[in-house]
Amino acid sequence: MADKKATRESYGRALAELGEKYDFLVLDADLAAATKTGMFKKKFPERFFDCGIAEGNMMCVAAGIAATGKKVFASSFAMFAAGRAFEQVRNAIGYPHLNVKIGATHAGITVGEDGATHQCNEDIALMRTIPGMTVICPADATEAYAAVEAAINTDGPMYLRFGRYAVPDLTPELIPDYKFEIGKGVCYREGKDVTLVATGYMVHLAIEAADMLKEEGIDAGVINIHTVKPIDKDIIVRAAKQSGALVTAEEHSVIGGLGSAVAETVAESCPVPVLRVGVEDSYGRSGQVPELLEIYGLTAKNIYEKAKAAISLKR
Amino acid sequence: MDQSTKLKLKKLANNVRQGIIEAVYNAKCGHPGGSLSIADILTYLYFAEMNVDPNNPKDEGRDRFVLSKGHTAPGLYSTLAERGFFPKEELKTLRKTASRLQGHPDMKGVPGVDMSTGSLGLGFSTACGMALSAKVSGDSYRVYSILGDGESEEGQVWEAAMFASHYKLDNLVAILDLNGLQIDGPITDVMNPTPHDEKFRAFGWHVITIDAHDFDSIEAAFLEARAVKGKPTVIIAKSVKGKGVSYMENSCEWHGQAPKEDLYLVAVADLKKIEDELK
Repeated sequence: MADKKATRESYGRALAELGEKYDFLVLDADLAAATKTGMFKKKFPERFFDCGIAEGNMMCVAAGIAATGKKVFASSFAMFAAGRAFEQVRNAIGYPHLNVKIGATHAGITVGEDGATHQCNEDIALMRTIPGMTVICPADATEAYAAVEAAINTDGPMYLRFGRYAVPDLTPELIPDYKFEIGKGVCYREGKDVTLVATGYMVHLAIEAADMLKEEGIDAGVINIHTVKPIDKDIIVRAAKQSGALVTAEEHSVIGGLGSAVAETVAESCPVPVLRVGVEDSYGRSGQVPELLEIYGLTAKNIYEKAKAAISLKR
Repeated sequence: MDQSTKLKLKKLANNVRQGIIEAVYNAKCGHPGGSLSIADILTYLYFAEMNVDPNNPKDEGRDRFVLSKGHTAPGLYSTLAERGFFPKEELKTLRKTASRLQGHPDMKGVPGVDMSTGSLGLGFSTACGMALSAKVSGDSYRVYSILGDGESEEGQVWEAAMFASHYKLDNLVAILDLNGLQIDGPITDVMNPTPHDEKFRAFGWHVITIDAHDFDSIEAAFLEARAVKGKPTVIIAKSVKGKGVSYMENSCEWHGQAPKEDLYLVAVADLKKIEDELK
């Protein structure tokens, strides 16, 4: 079994290690210990600036830094980065198309015990509507690390979504020579009956669900969409044509996130049934992560069931 | 300040005011009141204080300016045009679809605009980011930002004020345009943000209070700000909203509307009279 690591750990490690190779600044809003930017802070104190508990100001400070030509990461929890500071991100970073990388950790329901106020299930939807904003949601530690390096080497505003909870680091096993490319989905396996399209934490569960379906003779493909925007239309349309039914899976609201992006894509070019696994229109709650994943249907079993339902909808 | 410099600045500021009226009248909308109130400060910044080059507007070593009260874009545009960043004739295209002169400043489109602003409170924070960036790399450029007094009701202004003094941004100068009026009425009636001087002092700033229309005071304030080390400076500039146009002075009504032809002609005559007096 693959090692389990939280993608936020990988984010912090990537900043600290890549800080030797690349010139960039890091901002945080009193959460360096949790977002893991503290690893960078320890190594490069002169390039780290705590903005205190003032996320709106932090996003605009990042915009000002970027306007002078420096690369900069701004970090907080997803709830405050995308939620609290939405308007600052939209107007001060998005509209002038400034080179700010937003490192948002503690996204989704796997925040656990902190509960609804801290479980951001809306950030992909919010960030995805900002023109020119790239939205990346890595599946595991290896992909998260690669995403940070790609972000450093790509100009323009970008939202990077990381999780608090440990997730199996499957990439090294599945694709030993993995090369991360912004905007390109990753096809783990092709399927003729249905394709499971997942992002972030749900990717390893989609693989598990495909294995469950295989045992019943159902041929399910699995695609990892790490870049929700700009979405890889080609890989999605190809899967829709090949398998005739899609199931999306995300640790996010079913409204406005990956499920919506995939449905929009196929509706406009290759209409097939699309069923969505995600947080149904509701808030989270306190609890241990495994319990919460069950309660909110963020499980391989739910993906498996939705896959069978999607197949039955095929004409 | 010597008399000839002062006369030159007064003439330039009057030209800026004439440009504001032309722009807003042709747009049939916009924000003349708060543009007119900052015309003298803008003129001093772009003609006496800041190191900028209209022929090289993206020069990395230039001083930066952020109009945090972005709705007074006509004031900034008219100043930039007067300084030669783009033709003055273009002011008449303000707010039109084919124009780069958006209703609020767009740094991607307009030469000389260092930051896109419009949503109040945001610009001031971006100015802090620019000033911090200069500190990090040891650059000597300075950063200036004009805030509205109504804008100071935004909580983010005080987040930025805290940030600037925490990081000892003595290369940052904020100018608070204290004209006392906002859309819904006097600032003290709508949501009293005063006293600004005591608030900024409590936030760790060096505070200077001046008459926003007196070039001697303006010059003295910016010179004093340059000498302040270890903390940012705010210049609280007591101004007259609508300054220079008789019927717009001290009136909330002219915060965000354009004059129709009859009143446009009155504004033109008011400013022409000032022009003649300065000859």
